[in-house]
Amino acid sequence: MDNLPRKPFAKCVAGIFVCLLTLGTVAAHAESQIDIYPFADEAEERRYKGLIEEFRCPKCLNTNLAGSDAPIAKDLRRTVYRLQVDEGYSNQQISDYLRERYGDFVLYDPPFSAQTWYIWLTPIGLGILALAILARLLGRARKQSPVQLSETDRGRIAALIEEK
Amino acid sequence: MSRASLFVPLGIFISILALGYVGFSLDARDQLPSALLNKPFPEFSATSLLQPEVKITKADLLGRPVLVNVWATWCPTCKSEHEQLMRIAAETNVLMVGIDYKDIPQRALQWLEQYGDPYDYVLDDRDGSLGIELGVYGAPETFLLNAAGEVVYKRVGDINSRIWVNELLPRFQALKIEVRGQSAGSADG
Repeated sequence: MDNLPRKPFAKCVAGIFVCLLTLGTVAAHAESQIDIYPFADEAEERRYKGLIEEFRCPKCLNTNLAGSDAPIAKDLRRTVYRLQVDEGYSNQQISDYLRERYGDFVLYDPPFSAQTWYIWLTPIGLGILALAILARLLGRARKQSPVQLSETDRGRIAALIEEK
Repeated sequence: MSRASLFVPLGIFISILALGYVGFSLDARDQLPSALLNKPFPEFSATSLLQPEVKITKADLLGRPVLVNVWATWCPTCKSEHEQLMRIAAETNVLMVGIDYKDIPQRALQWLEQYGDPYDYVLDDRDGSLGIELGVYGAPETFLLNAAGEVVYKRVGDINSRIWVNELLPRFQALKIEVRGQSAGSADG
């Protein structure tokens, strides 16, 4: 009974929190769409938006081109637009263009290479290690012989069960 | 289980801390490798800042080692490296090319007049398109090219006396750039 009046309050706080969170996401999304470029049709516009989501901003380390306010991200968005609309590049050609200049860093999905092998192999290695440890623990548990109880122990256990 | 194995979680914890310590103390900006390293400098045609009627192309940079420095008047770090660039210009025979990146030409001209002009050529890249060709993502950035026009070194960040002694001077000597004066003496500045 005592904590009953608190519950609507907690719900209210949770509601406000959810609202703020939603608002934050909407605002962040609105902010990322500041450049206005003309497109022939909606498919082209969707393709452009997909492309700028796909590449990482070289300056800001953890944001894509779409989400960054950095001047270089703005320049690269303009470059992507120019390559797509004016030059008629394919997605692969645009990706290659940016990679030739900014390296694998602009890709969120880096190719397997001499520099990136450990990113790809570490999780697999850790998985194998975890399986090996698990197998060893299971093997050890299986090998363990069951505990031999003496007659007195059996008697005490029976007495305890009885008592309950 | 032996008593020693109780310390395994602590060991894992300490190694995670160590990894974090090393990871966060790395300068991420320095680590970003240039896609141009060991590749030919891209072909370009840019307007000279000092003589707007003159076009400068890659052909102007061939035949001798070149230091290409990307700078701008809006960049405070460029101001702090300017003195070192002036020293390099005075003490070596390397060809120095400045790229005035996303800048206002009048301000750039004023800057060169006020602080001195270490460059043999200054290229006007006010819209940053040459910068994109070079994979520039900030200023200052500096490239060292050999006589064949290949990028042998790239630095993101300022050229200071430490970089000069440890990274540029050995490469200058490898490229047989004549270094006059007391280059070691100018290093502790």
